Amino acid sequence: MSTLELPRVTGDADHFVSTEPFDPGEATRLTPEQERFYLASQWKLMWWKFKRHRVAVVSGVILLVMYGSTLVTEILAPYNLHSRHTDFIYASPQRVHLFHDGHFVGPFVYAQSKRLDMTNLRRVYTPDRTQPRPLRFFCEGDAYRFWGLVDMSFHLVCPARDGTAFLLGTDRLGRDVLSRILYGARISLTIGLIGIALSFTLGLVIGGIAGYYGGWVDLAVQRLIEIIRSFPELPLWMALSAVLPVTWSPILIYFGITAILALLDWTGLARAVRSKLLALREEDYTTAARLMGAKPSRIIGRHLLPGFMSHLIASATLSIPGMILGETALSFLGIGLRPPITSWGVLLNDAQNINVVALYPWLMLPVVPVIVVILAFNFFGDGLRDAADPYR
Amino acid sequence: MLQYITKRILMMIPTLFAISIIVFTIIQLPPGNYLESYIAELEAQGESVDQQKVAFLREYYGLDRPLPEQYLHWAGGMLKGDFGYSFEFNMPVTKVIGDRMLLTVIVSFVTILFTWCVAFPIGIYSATHQYSWGDYGLSFLGFLGIAIPNFMLALVMMYVANVVFGTTIGGLMDPDFIGKAWTWDKVKSVLEHSWIPVIVIGTSGTAGMIRRLRANLLDELQKQYVVTARAKGLAPRKVLRKYPLRMALNFFISDIGSLLPHIISGAEITAVVLSLPTTGPMLLNALKSQDMYLAGSFLMFLAMLIVVGVLVSDLALVALDPRIRLSGGVAR
Repeated sequence: MSTLELPRVTGDADHFVSTEPFDPGEATRLTPEQERFYLASQWKLMWWKFKRHRVAVVSGVILLVMYGSTLVTEILAPYNLHSRHTDFIYASPQRVHLFHDGHFVGPFVYAQSKRLDMTNLRRVYTPDRTQPRPLRFFCEGDAYRFWGLVDMSFHLVCPARDGTAFLLGTDRLGRDVLSRILYGARISLTIGLIGIALSFTLGLVIGGIAGYYGGWVDLAVQRLIEIIRSFPELPLWMALSAVLPVTWSPILIYFGITAILALLDWTGLARAVRSKLLALREEDYTTAARLMGAKPSRIIGRHLLPGFMSHLIASATLSIPGMILGETALSFLGIGLRPPITSWGVLLNDAQNINVVALYPWLMLPVVPVIVVILAFNFFGDGLRDAADPYR
Repeated sequence: MLQYITKRILMMIPTLFAISIIVFTIIQLPPGNYLESYIAELEAQGESVDQQKVAFLREYYGLDRPLPEQYLHWAGGMLKGDFGYSFEFNMPVTKVIGDRMLLTVIVSFVTILFTWCVAFPIGIYSATHQYSWGDYGLSFLGFLGIAIPNFMLALVMMYVANVVFGTTIGGLMDPDFIGKAWTWDKVKSVLEHSWIPVIVIGTSGTAGMIRRLRANLLDELQKQYVVTARAKGLAPRKVLRKYPLRMALNFFISDIGSLLPHIISGAEITAVVLSLPTTGPMLLNALKSQDMYLAGSFLMFLAMLIVVGVLVSDLALVALDPRIRLSGGVAR
C-alpha cells in the first residue's frame, strides 16, 4: 500500500482562476448570423427559404392583393353588381385615354354612340372622338350597402356625371363586366378557401385515424380512397351538384357546392397524413407519450401532426386551384352556383356559345382572373412546399 | 403471373360493387320519386298520362319494391348491358346512345396517345436540361396548360377557327355520317374531326404528365446506376437511353391511373362546349332534367371505364416490368 504524496505548496502558487463567467461555446463561437439561424423557429426558417423563391413571393403578393380586394369590392367597383344600363346592352369595352387632341386631360374615356347593324341585328358601339369624359376618382357613385351593413356611395373610380365608363364592356342586361368580375372574386376566391378548410379537416381526421390505428381501419380507409379516386371528378361533381334541391337559397347552394368540392378532394391529403403517421407512430417519442397515458387524439394532434404540418399546408395550397376550377366549370355548365350569386363561373356561363364568343368576346374576360389565380396558387404552393421541405 | 392477373381482376369486383352503391345512392338523392314527379310534370303540362307507360316504367325500375331490391334490379340490368331507360326518347339508353359510349372510349384513347406523344419528349428534355431556359419556358407553358380551364380553351379555339378560318368547328364527324353504320369512311371522318377535341382535352393532362415525368426522371438521373454508367465512360445519350428512360417508360404506363380520370373529366365538359356526340352533353342534359337513372348509368359507365383502364395499365405494367413479373406483386 503506497501513499500518494501530494505536491507540497510552497509560497504563492501561480494558480489563476478567471473571474469572467464561463462560456462553454467559446472555442466554437458562432457569428451573429449563424446564431440567428440556429435559434430560429421552424416557421422562421420556412419564411427565409420562401423569400428566396422570387416567383412564389410575387404570386403570394398577387394573391394577397386579390383576396384583399374582396374586402373592399364595393369601393373598387365603378358600378354595382346589379345596376343595369338598358341603353348600353352589350356595349364594347371603352378604352382609357390620357391625351385628347394632343393635350393631357388625365384618364378619360370617349362617349359611345350606338348604331343598330340591320344586317345581323347587332348593336355596334363607336367611340365619339369629340367628347372626352374624364373619369372621376374618390367620388360619389352608385349607392350600395357596404358589407350589407352601412349605406355608402363612395367609389374609387366613377364615370363622368353625364357619361359611362364600361372599361370591360357590358353584358346582355347592360351590366358592367369589370364590376361583376370584381364582385365575382368574392365568391370564387372564398369557395376555394372554405373548401380547402373542409377537405383539410376531413383529410386530417380520416388520414390520422387510418395511419394511427392501422389494421382494418386503415384497410377500409384505403379502399374508400381508391374508390373515390376511380370516379371521374367532374362528372361526379356534376351529378352531386345537380342533386342539390332547386328550392335551396343561393347561400345554401354556395355552401352545398363547397361541401361537394371538398367531399372529393380530401383523399390526397388523407393519403399523405396516413403514410406519414404510419412511420411516425413507431418513433420512440410516440411510445413515450403512450406510456405516459396520453390519449390517441392527443398523441396525433400534439405530437405527430405538428411534425409535418407545414408540409401539409403547402400541399393543401396546391389543391385550392382545383377547387376554384371545379366551381368555375360547374357554374359554367349551369349546374353550380346560380344567379343572383355571381362567381366567375356564373359570369362565364354567358359566354357559353360560339355566337357570343364571336360577337362579344369581352364576355370571356372573367377567365383572365381565373387563370391568374390558378397560376399564382400553383407557384405559391410550389414555393411553400420547397420551403417546408427540410431536406432542400 | 397468371395468379397475379386473376387476383387483380377479382379485386376489381368489390371496387365496382362499391362504386355502383355510391352511384345508386346519388340516384336516390333527389327528394321524391322520380316517376311521380315526372307524371306530375306531364299532368301540369296538360298532357295525358299513358297509364300503360307509367306501369311499364314502374315495372322497369321496380319502383314499388324496397330499395335493396331496386338496387339489385338496377345493378343486375347493368351487368346485362342494360344502362337504363331514357325518358326523353322513350327508348332504352343503349339504343339511343349506341355510338356515344364507343366515341367516348375512342376520344379518351386517342387523347392518351396524344398525351404520351407530347409529354414524352418534352418531359425528357425538361429533365435533362434542368433549370435551362428551355426548361423554364416549357414549365411555364405546362403551368399555363393546367391553369386554363378546358372549356375556355375549347371556346377560344372555336373563336380562333371562326375568326381566322371562318369556319365553325365542333362535332366529331361529317354530318353525313351521323346515325350511319360504322364504315371505314366514318372512322376516317372521326379521326379528321377529333384533333381539336383531343388537343383541348389533352392539354392539362399533358401538362400534368410533363411535370410528373420530369420529377420522376430527375430522381432517376441522380441514382447510383446512372453515376456508374457515366463513370464507365458511356456516352450521355446512351446512358439516358439504356437506363433512366426505361424506368420512365414504366412510369408512363403506371401513370394512366391518374391520367385517365383527368382525361375523362375534361372530355365531358369539352364535349358539352364543342357539342361532341359523346356522353358529355347527354349526361349534362340528364342531370338538368333530373333524369337520375340515365345520369347514374353514365356515371357508372365512366367509372367502369376508368377501373378497366387502370386494370389494363396494371396488366401492361406486369408484362413490361420484370421486377413486378418476377416478384408477383405490384411495385408501389
